[in-house]
Amino acid sequence: MPVEIDIAHVARLARLDLTQDELAAYQGQLGVILEHAARVQTLEGKPEVESTHTLGLENVYRDDEVTPSLDREEVLAAAPETRDGYFVVPPALES
Amino acid sequence: MTPSTPTIVEAGALLRSGEVTAISLLEGVLEVAHRTEAMLHAYLTIDREGAVEAAVAADTELAAGHDRGPLHGIPVALKDNMCTRGLETTASSQILSGYLPPYDATVVRRLREAGAVIVGKTNLDEFAMGSSTENSAYGATYNPWDIGRVPGGSSGGSAAAVAAGSAITGLGSDTGGSIRQPAALSGIVGLKPTYGTVSRYGLIAFASSLDQIGPLSRTVDDAALTLEAIWGHDPLDATSYPGEYPDLRADMTTGVSGLKVGVVSELAGEGYEPDVEAAVAAMVERLAGEGAAVVEVSLPSFEIALSAYYLIAPAEASANLARFDGIRYGLRVPGDTTESLMARTRAEGFGPEVTRRILLGTYGLSAGYYEAFYGQAQRVRAAIRQDLARVYHDVDVLVSPTSPTVAFEAGARVADPLAMYLSDICTIPSNLAGDPAISVPIGLDGRGLPIGFQVMAPALGERTLFRVAAEVERLAGFTARPEIELVAS
Repeated sequence: MPVEIDIAHVARLARLDLTQDELAAYQGQLGVILEHAARVQTLEGKPEVESTHTLGLENVYRDDEVTPSLDREEVLAAAPETRDGYFVVPPALES
Repeated sequence: MTPSTPTIVEAGALLRSGEVTAISLLEGVLEVAHRTEAMLHAYLTIDREGAVEAAVAADTELAAGHDRGPLHGIPVALKDNMCTRGLETTASSQILSGYLPPYDATVVRRLREAGAVIVGKTNLDEFAMGSSTENSAYGATYNPWDIGRVPGGSSGGSAAAVAAGSAITGLGSDTGGSIRQPAALSGIVGLKPTYGTVSRYGLIAFASSLDQIGPLSRTVDDAALTLEAIWGHDPLDATSYPGEYPDLRADMTTGVSGLKVGVVSELAGEGYEPDVEAAVAAMVERLAGEGAAVVEVSLPSFEIALSAYYLIAPAEASANLARFDGIRYGLRVPGDTTESLMARTRAEGFGPEVTRRILLGTYGLSAGYYEAFYGQAQRVRAAIRQDLARVYHDVDVLVSPTSPTVAFEAGARVADPLAMYLSDICTIPSNLAGDPAISVPIGLDGRGLPIGFQVMAPALGERTLFRVAAEVERLAGFTARPEIELVAS
């Protein structure tokens, strides 16, 4: 079953700034992989999908108690750009 | 020459009798690393300073009568997708080049508490996506048995280090076979424990419903000792299992008499090397000779497990890897807007296989395709569990080859992603089910390359899994070591 892929749209959704050549190459490879993956549609029956956790664990809650968190300076030290205890990013909104 | 690095059990005895020290054990593995790394490239980072400090502390404690148990003073290799505070952790990606985590993964904390000596961080396929340890931004790892071949992957660095003796034991992570397949291709033992039994806190996530940390060790005993040090409930991982854990050792000398062993008929045939099939069949016969009842079982859903995996794992990866955006840590490529900064950073920071899987996962989750791909893959996953529940009514464990082939030549599958994905056809079902599975080396093929035998058990079935694995190891009597031409020190 040939698979239709709007590769530029997918790359935009994934926030990947790829060149036209790269997009064309990935489109071809994804086509081959998805054709193989489409075999999931040959499954007979429609089993009910339960928890993906093998031991059936569901939501886990902890007590609402304050506990120590990571050291702020150490966390910020890993960032490409910070100022006054904040991460710096370009403007998210048009001025 | 063959390296003479001891096992955990051997090293532990020598340490406690005073014949070696933690420092001399560390010096031994560092010497092997020094003489093999130029060929193997198992390590991305060797933390000589931290390791010496830990070894000195281990010796001081032992001398004072403070014994932390089997891993006390044992040099361990860590796959570089487990966070180590203040020690570079890259997941073999350019996007995390230079990243110094502000915390230790739970497994790292537990290893330290057990007195282990962390030698360094080992190479992997970028973000654990691959089966050959060739998809690393920092260069490939090679197989100690034949340096023209891959060690398997994605935990190929830990596998090569333990096989070569530049560590005594190691940790890897297994999302679709990434511990068991490299263990098989490198002639060592590799275990993926039951999902939820080893904390994923501090493991850089690939596919969270499948990822599980486990040991790569020289022997079944060593794998048990390593697992015992790292597993157990952890409140920092919401998927961590809070109940009773199996006793790994209870039946390790019991033998297999009276056990029912199922041979999976779907994991054989086309694409399987004759030497691999022959070795597995011979081992099955020997198990029968020891009193196991052997039956052939069919799990039809296994035929489409690989297809389901290559929808589910990339889907989860596309969500997990959204966090690498050039803002809080790692690489940043400047852009005029936040979106262009992110898109340029990600295009530059991720290698081709990671990019391919992010695109694949994004596609499979996107509007219009979700139900036909991701939704249907989840139904296949449910069918695999139903098939397994059905056969585990009749058998105690399942067996198969760990991988259809022995170690393949470097470069052979790089250009064909689908051929690479087929390396994991035997290991993927246990990840989709969440069940434990182990690979034990059982011999060499005609070219002298190791063959792995896989044993699978139901969730929390590690006691029986180790019972069978120990017997397989005993029957195989596999003691061969790679003949590595060491460079002069």
